[in-house]
Amino acid sequence: MTPNRQFAAEFAASRIAVAGLALLTLIVFAALFAPWISPQNPYDLARLELLDSRLPPLARSAAGGIYWLGTDDQGRDMLSAILYGLRTSVAVGVASTALALAIGVSLGLAAAWFGGWIDALLMRLADLQLSFPAILIALVLLAVLGQGLDKIIVALVAVQWAYYARTARAAALVERRKEYIEAATSLALSSGRIIFRHLLPNCLPPLLVLAAIQVAAAITLEATLSFLGLGLPITEPSLGLLISNGFTYLLSGHYWISFFPGIALLAAVVGINLVADRLRDVLDPHLRR
Amino acid sequence: MLSHIVRRVLQSFAVLGVMSLLVFTGVYAIGNPIDILVNPHADQKEIARATAALGLDRPLIEQYFGFLKHAAAGDLGVSFAFNVPAIGLILERMPATLELATAAMLIAVLLGIPLGLWAGLKPDSAAGKTIMAGSILGFSLPTFWVGLMLIMVFSVWLGALPTSGRGPTTNLLGIPVSFLSLEGLRHLILPAANLALFNLALVIRLARIATREALQQDYVRFARAKGLTENRIVGVHVLKNALVPIVTVVGVEFGSVIAFAVITESIFAWPGMGKLLIDSINVLDRPVIVGYLCIVVTLFIAINLLVDLAYSWLDPRVRLGEA
Repeated sequence: MTPNRQFAAEFAASRIAVAGLALLTLIVFAALFAPWISPQNPYDLARLELLDSRLPPLARSAAGGIYWLGTDDQGRDMLSAILYGLRTSVAVGVASTALALAIGVSLGLAAAWFGGWIDALLMRLADLQLSFPAILIALVLLAVLGQGLDKIIVALVAVQWAYYARTARAAALVERRKEYIEAATSLALSSGRIIFRHLLPNCLPPLLVLAAIQVAAAITLEATLSFLGLGLPITEPSLGLLISNGFTYLLSGHYWISFFPGIALLAAVVGINLVADRLRDVLDPHLRR
Repeated sequence: MLSHIVRRVLQSFAVLGVMSLLVFTGVYAIGNPIDILVNPHADQKEIARATAALGLDRPLIEQYFGFLKHAAAGDLGVSFAFNVPAIGLILERMPATLELATAAMLIAVLLGIPLGLWAGLKPDSAAGKTIMAGSILGFSLPTFWVGLMLIMVFSVWLGALPTSGRGPTTNLLGIPVSFLSLEGLRHLILPAANLALFNLALVIRLARIATREALQQDYVRFARAKGLTENRIVGVHVLKNALVPIVTVVGVEFGSVIAFAVITESIFAWPGMGKLLIDSINVLDRPVIVGYLCIVVTLFIAINLLVDLAYSWLDPRVRLGEA
């Protein structure tokens, strides 16, 4: 068997992981194609019917269609709003994780490769940051920076980079003692080439598992911050903002405005976690029991 | 041991210094509170007077040292929005947050240890599997959304519990608390359960792993060989050893619970420090933001220091390894 096939077979051995992968595929598909599969464009004000506001799930619209998940206070179809919100949430989660991965791994590899004061400085900084909970750091940054898509990504990257830096450094410290690195060094290759072409590919497995888990954490954190009113602006409604909007109407019994976006958020996080757990089991033989 | 303690205490003060500088420059260097605090129709002279009164015209470095000097004396500036000392505002709300956090931690520990113990003793039983599935769900559920759902079920549908606030408080040694009256307890239970969720899942997992590890140890086999009752083996030998990692994690997590209380307090309108922070961020009330951060950071560093010292006292390998 080729390594890829073996990997796929090992992954598929867990039924719950396959279910997670199916769920995740569905969510990514829904997020990518939201504008084409949504019953309506929820942010085209001309299409909204105020007469249809706060209808329960499965209600008929004035025009004869069905609102599967009900409507919000402006007569917006919740299913469409959720699909669009999922798109924003997933995009922010993936973008911030990718950026944090790139920055954190570069710093972690540099720390392991150069050692000395660079290593000491970077790791003390990471220690300092990891001793505070992510939500606190994100709150401080957003209090300072203000609202906006770019600002929330900055906050999410700042929260995440230290995890990658530490993991990359730990993996690289083990790898750099191995013979292939010695061989590359004796060929007088440049540091940059050795780090990125030789060291990095061999440090990847634990980093990929970490990144998968962190995407879920980033999506949840973004939703939480948006819920508190410190995340994305009203023009780019993510799932957190939809839930926050529904909070106002929850007390009068209109549960669906908050309930369904939360289910979508939960489905995304559970799907990612199931896949990440299995990836860790397959990629990291140390953890096998 | 003494040198270890001294080194850790000095380290903690260094961290405190770095954090205060970062927080201060971060919050004070960006944004102009004058735009928010002074009537937009005010003329130049009035704006200048307000700026001078708030000390915002001086150089940042000078503002920082002024802030440090006052902070050491317990004065963190005057709230722009309330026009009272920031430290008073925060300390006034601190008991509410500490009560909520303690209640949440108690729920997590008192429910989590028995459940985790059960799941560890009978990992293949239906109950054991259900407990573990619940714990995985507890990690994945977005806390703030669970808070809304709790309100929906227990307040809106069942009409059994209040949706917000702290209820009547009773004075305990001069500190107002909710848990001494029935009405106060009814207000406390939902937010505390909401805040406990994540740590409940965590304690279940820790207790389960620790139990399974303890069961493999020689002292448990020896206790079995001696013919001790199962209750005594589990209650004394397994539980005591399983408690060590849980105590450490609970200590460290107490700080996180205080930070996460920001969310729970906002949902349940619980009048604690976290809700004050969000309100202050919304109006850019910088003395209160800085004050909150300084107090929480100090609390954190103190908790970490205590846990670390307790740990190195319990386990000599930690301090010997560093020397």
